Amino acid sequence: MSTSPSTLFDKVWDSHVVRKIEDGPDVLFIDRHFIHEVTSPVAFLGLKTRGISVMYPNRTFATADHNTPTINQHLPVQDPLSANQLKALEENSAKYGISHWGLNNPKNGIVHVVGPENGITLPGMTIVCGDSHTSTHGAFGAIAFGIGTSEVEMVLSSQCIMQPKPKKLRITINGKLGKGVTPKDVPLFILSQITASGATGYFIEFAGEVFENMSMEGRMTVCNLSIEMGARGGMVAPDETTFAYLKGRELAPKGEAWDKAVAYWKTLKTDESAKFDLELTYHADEIEPQITYGTNPGLGTGITHHIPFATEVKDGAASYKKSLEYMGFHEDDQLIGKPVDYVFLGSCTNGRIEDFRAFASLVKGRKKADNITAWLVPGSHIVESQIKEEGILDILNAAGFQLRQPGCSACLAMNDDKVPAGKYAVSTSNRNFEGRQGPGARTLLASPLVAAAAAVTGKVTDPRELM
Amino acid sequence: MSLKLKEKNNIIKRKLLAFCFKLSANNRKMAYDKFTILKSTAVPLPIENVDTDQIIPARFLKATERKGFGDNLFRDWRYNSDDSPKQDFILNNPIYAGKILVGGKNFGSGSSREHAAWAIYDYGFRCVVSSFFADIFRNNSINVGILPVQVSPEFLDKIFNNVIGDPSTELEVNLEEQTITIVKTGDKESFVINGYKKHNLLNGFDDIDYLQAMKEEIGGFAAKSIY
Repeated sequence: MSTSPSTLFDKVWDSHVVRKIEDGPDVLFIDRHFIHEVTSPVAFLGLKTRGISVMYPNRTFATADHNTPTINQHLPVQDPLSANQLKALEENSAKYGISHWGLNNPKNGIVHVVGPENGITLPGMTIVCGDSHTSTHGAFGAIAFGIGTSEVEMVLSSQCIMQPKPKKLRITINGKLGKGVTPKDVPLFILSQITASGATGYFIEFAGEVFENMSMEGRMTVCNLSIEMGARGGMVAPDETTFAYLKGRELAPKGEAWDKAVAYWKTLKTDESAKFDLELTYHADEIEPQITYGTNPGLGTGITHHIPFATEVKDGAASYKKSLEYMGFHEDDQLIGKPVDYVFLGSCTNGRIEDFRAFASLVKGRKKADNITAWLVPGSHIVESQIKEEGILDILNAAGFQLRQPGCSACLAMNDDKVPAGKYAVSTSNRNFEGRQGPGARTLLASPLVAAAAAVTGKVTDPRELM
Repeated sequence: MSLKLKEKNNIIKRKLLAFCFKLSANNRKMAYDKFTILKSTAVPLPIENVDTDQIIPARFLKATERKGFGDNLFRDWRYNSDDSPKQDFILNNPIYAGKILVGGKNFGSGSSREHAAWAIYDYGFRCVVSSFFADIFRNNSINVGILPVQVSPEFLDKIFNNVIGDPSTELEVNLEEQTITIVKTGDKESFVINGYKKHNLLNGFDDIDYLQAMKEEIGGFAAKSIY
């Protein structure tokens, strides 16, 4: 490897290049590959058509999440098409010797939750999955990004992928996050500054005190949303917080191998004089609890703000107008007090234990508002168990909330968890696109605290008023 | 010709076109049809941030085979909840047709679903033009044989003005020369594509064949991997 100053991203990327193609992409070796039921069947079909096999089955991990029901998981899946996809995943995994965590497996859950919590995701790895939110795993100092189904077939058959090396962007935020400001608010704030395409072509490194002081769950939430900025992925340099999270996880290295791994992981940081193609700097004081009002994640603002005028946003006026029309909002509307019908806590963005702790801390001693339908969906069975063990379930039940079973659920509404047309949902997920949570559904993205405040008041409410 | 008959003819033409693409793909070793020069009228979609949830909503991703996705292309913009066509959506306007789709800035953002590229291909498009593409969508497009052509915002406006004003306006996309031309005005702009991907598209090759040929090298690399 070169001795010139390099970034964390360079170090991990360069150590995985099998071949550089002149005037073409790099052939990149992939350490870990996650698959799920929706984007893998056609890739397996491709292997069959070509008469080729899986090169390293032990480097691929399958979990069912996108299409699964979040109630009565012990019963057969009702939707025949969903059942067919789940069956295909199970059969394909068995055929090629891939580890498969299907419904009812105690390790089942959302792919980007179960990977880290079982120690499959480690610093310095390259990780891909046919899901754009694979960027989540960057929280561990891994290069992780989403791929298409053709690329899933590539990785299955050759353990490699062909990618041009992205440019490098560092986003530095120093200071201390204020009261009621959670990790989710940080990327939503960045999105409101740079738009949903502001980081396209880049790979992000998140640096500075805000990220250094964040838990692994928080860092995962941040990296998860880097794809919404248009970036291929985002990463945070591994540190003692990372090592403490990983130590003892089932598939993390043990004993001597652990010590050796940590010694290597400690080298995974950006050298002092390394150069980025672009640097952006903000201060924690600029960030208040955020909420989105439009139909892409870049259309958000501080919860106490009004909806901007078309002239104040970077999207074109026609697209902005279309967006507000869909939402039933107007320029200069105040966000606080907007009506809410549904609240969704969950997804690969905010379906981890910390998110449930935050939600519970605010609803504790209060009652769910009568006009609210709430879906609380843990990211995995392990998260579900933690919720029960920590007494969080009792708090939620006492406040009138029920807990559902793990899965992607209303984040993309492939299962029955669909928000009806015209209804408003405050959602801790990652996308507020038209129809994302159901045809005609209107999504306001926010943190678990903002979701909790909406759930107990029945409208958009500043969580700091309730803390 | 009455408008209704014309619309019917267009649908038949599109289906025939899609069928021919599938036929040729099935009968060759190539992953998709070779791309050389494409001269066609275009369908304008002057909306920014067209995300892949709009191109194909998640509820249509439940197939285990790659077929029929074109029917649900832009489903919720194209049809009402009772499945009747939305008259004001461009794909339901029979005066606009062609193999080139022209979209606004940041086309294909969001979910990595390759189904979005399949739907565009299956409908009969071979090329998407925009001033800016989301990364994953760009890769997926090339991998299924759709050429993403990125032009300057000014040139995109020129295309929109010409095509919207006169639906018979043809665009010519020349991959070998890496140019796109508005045929009737002669306005031309060049676009960027790396040499490797260009070679693939010109010959109908894909990455999997390339990677299969270097498995020994990959095996050697894997043997030294620390994970």
